[in-house]
Amino acid sequence: MPKYTLNINKKSYNVEVAAGTSLLWVLREDLGLTGAKYGCGIGQCGACTVHVDKQPIKACLLPIEQFTAGQEITTIEGLSEHGDHPVQKAWIEAQAPQCGYCHSGQIMQAVALLEQKEHPTRDEIKAHMNGNLCRCGTYLRILTAIEMAAKTKNLHLLIKAQWLKISR
Amino acid sequence: MAKDLTMTNKINRRAFLKTSGGVTLFISASGILPVLVSCQDDKKIREQLKKIPITAWVQLWENGQMIIYNPAAEMGQGSMTSLPIIFAEEMDADWSKVQVEFSPQEADIYGGEGWAPGTKLMFTVGSRTTHSYYHVMRKAGAQARYILLNTASNHWKVPIEELSAAQSFVLHEKSGQKISFGELVPLLTIPTALPDFTEDQLKNPKDFQLIGKNIPRTEIPAKVNGTAQFAIDVRLPDMVYGALERGKLHGARPTLLNESEILAQVGVMRIVQFDYAIGLIASTLKGVLDAKKLLKIEWSTATSSGYHSQEIYSKYEAIAAKNQKGRVVTEIGNMGEALRSAHKTYTADFKNDYVYHAQIEPLNAVIQVSEDLQTAEVWVGSQQGGDTKLGIPGVLGVPPENVNIHLQYLGGGFGRRSMTDFVVECAILAKEIAPLPLKLVWTREDDVAYGAYRPLSLQRLKATVDGSGQLTGFSHTVIGDGGNLVAGGVKNDHYDIPHQFAEWRETSHGIRLKHWRSVGHGPNKFAIESLLDIIAFDQRVDPINLRRTLMTQSPKALATLEKAVAMSRWDVPSIEGRAKGVAFVDHGSIGTGICEISVDRNTGAIKVHHFWIALDAGMIIQPNNVKAQMEGGIIMGMSSVLKEQITIVDGQVQQSNFHDYSLLRMQEVPDSIETAFIPSSEKPEGVGETATPMVAGAIANAFLKLTGKHLRHLPFTPDRVLAVLNG
Repeated sequence: MPKYTLNINKKSYNVEVAAGTSLLWVLREDLGLTGAKYGCGIGQCGACTVHVDKQPIKACLLPIEQFTAGQEITTIEGLSEHGDHPVQKAWIEAQAPQCGYCHSGQIMQAVALLEQKEHPTRDEIKAHMNGNLCRCGTYLRILTAIEMAAKTKNLHLLIKAQWLKISR
Repeated sequence: MAKDLTMTNKINRRAFLKTSGGVTLFISASGILPVLVSCQDDKKIREQLKKIPITAWVQLWENGQMIIYNPAAEMGQGSMTSLPIIFAEEMDADWSKVQVEFSPQEADIYGGEGWAPGTKLMFTVGSRTTHSYYHVMRKAGAQARYILLNTASNHWKVPIEELSAAQSFVLHEKSGQKISFGELVPLLTIPTALPDFTEDQLKNPKDFQLIGKNIPRTEIPAKVNGTAQFAIDVRLPDMVYGALERGKLHGARPTLLNESEILAQVGVMRIVQFDYAIGLIASTLKGVLDAKKLLKIEWSTATSSGYHSQEIYSKYEAIAAKNQKGRVVTEIGNMGEALRSAHKTYTADFKNDYVYHAQIEPLNAVIQVSEDLQTAEVWVGSQQGGDTKLGIPGVLGVPPENVNIHLQYLGGGFGRRSMTDFVVECAILAKEIAPLPLKLVWTREDDVAYGAYRPLSLQRLKATVDGSGQLTGFSHTVIGDGGNLVAGGVKNDHYDIPHQFAEWRETSHGIRLKHWRSVGHGPNKFAIESLLDIIAFDQRVDPINLRRTLMTQSPKALATLEKAVAMSRWDVPSIEGRAKGVAFVDHGSIGTGICEISVDRNTGAIKVHHFWIALDAGMIIQPNNVKAQMEGGIIMGMSSVLKEQITIVDGQVQQSNFHDYSLLRMQEVPDSIETAFIPSSEKPEGVGETATPMVAGAIANAFLKLTGKHLRHLPFTPDRVLAVLNG
């Protein structure tokens, strides 16, 4: 089987899997990074959302051979050292998750928005989050959490600091 | 406090074990037999559990840290916090020192109230967890506290009656002495008998420190950092993967046409024949799913062959028109007499298509069967069941104690995980490949096509009024498959109508059906609440006033109505283009919901702007969490009412994934969902399924007010709304 090298959460991983294996299966079944979830396999639910070079992508859709070692993949496990990223803190404050299964993807999608835009409007948040399904119906608390995170003082500096901590 | 307690059964001192470190307080199911076991000795704990019917509710360490066991499944409803809080409240534990773990899955030991008096059950269904465990957890917590007080009483040589407890300390006010629960661990002594606490011997609710407060849910931090473990996340050394192809025709038998081709695929280890499916085992997840796609299968016909779901309603109408009785659910007064003497009779039909659970974690399980096929370790997200071992002992032909269930978080339940079909499938595959552990994964396509849906049904309602417009009779005929799945929720316990009749007329189509959040209440409360507004509209009375009249005998129901009216400012007209609608629901707890909507007359899209709920759920354990249940219930209700639809053509399920089975998305949420509670000191009632059935009636009633037209077929998709508007 072919070998691949991936840069995930600032660490280098070597994997040997069949060509065509999705990034999601590699993360979950080969590397044990199970925060990203399988929900639909066709990019409709967003439970598998991770970042590739800071852009949110659906890991179920992308075969492993499309990635290069130079690309930075970030999963929920690499978002912060102690689960204390400003968005994660807001998520706890808002008591956002219910079953929680979709929330790794929700958080990764939300972080990508706030990294691009510090103070999105409610409509911008809704549009950005529209690809992430939540069956428990926690959408309003997700909105609250994102708006709370957006109000965090020096949000971008904190996000950058988290990133540097992980890099070390 | 301890004076009037009835002391029952003597303690079995031989069962007393203690070592340094920590202890587990085993307290028997019947309130006796406390046993102390070192909590560092897992094996001893298991042995104790096997030996005698005892309950381990709490482990306590010398440093004061403790684990409280949660006997219920955690699927987002918050049992991982609400049940341990009830225990900790009576124990007077310092909540900051509490960790929560799932209890072993042993119903004799950890069961709550069963369906019949005196029976025990571990089954997280029907919104009954908090209600059925409320007294169990309080009593167990009080007994744990009693053991600690008894120990301090012996240690200080003071009467136990002079002691009190707070925040994980025992206090002796007279001498000013104080000792922590942790410090008591090495001193623990077993009392000669344990009080069998009754309701009036427990804490006065006015003294509650934890119940009724907003305590953050214990498992949420793990759910925001990716570490919360669902069964699908379990990985074991040498684990292999399983998948089944079950087709789209429920009950059809498969004949595999290309066995040798499949077995030649890289990594494929086994083909396993099921009555209704072809099972595969392979070394990787990709391998098993790729091989599944290559299967060439010829399917037999089945009961559902020739069945077209969208064409069945005309047959249902014919059944409704027949002059015959089905299974009678309610008969109060004489409906026939009400019809004969009616000043006016209102008749309307309501329909609902199939809906699918769509929990975001597809069904899955991980099972390792031992080489001798005698024992099994099972990792599963399950709503549990009458058989806490989920059917696995039957598959292996072994006694229940040989199966060990490791309950995992559920990525959504909604009733689907109260079935054990997926667990049994996994056990069959794991037995084939023993002793290798096997992860069975249902793809989303599997989960949709081989779902077990909320049944399609038709309700024919008739209501009679007298000359003054008073409701005199109410008749409700449900036509559909599934017994209580379609007939549940037809009773009107809070409406004072002298003549009432409800019945179920059976059909059968061979489509798999199951409880779906709120079950029959969804379609049936839609029908009932809609008909009330049809009458109010025709009689030119305010739908609220009509309900006020009906609720005169039920002050609790009326209180929720009045509160919702106040919250929503019902009497203030909505802005141009919007209207409000109301619906009342009883499902354990009772509540009134009011929504405000608008309609895009070009597209047929209904927009829900606000939802207000007034709820009487008895004592509220976790207010913020109950609000979360209301919010989630409304969103899931909106999703099913506005969008969701499974259709069957010639027995074949037509939908396959979220591109053709649409769920409500972020851009479609209301601006707000507000919940208010009616203060109550009564026993807690279930809250998980009260909001969902409000949605259809409230939307349809707002639509009637806005447009003068009737929505009578769920879901209210834009094409149906346009047809009604242009009709």
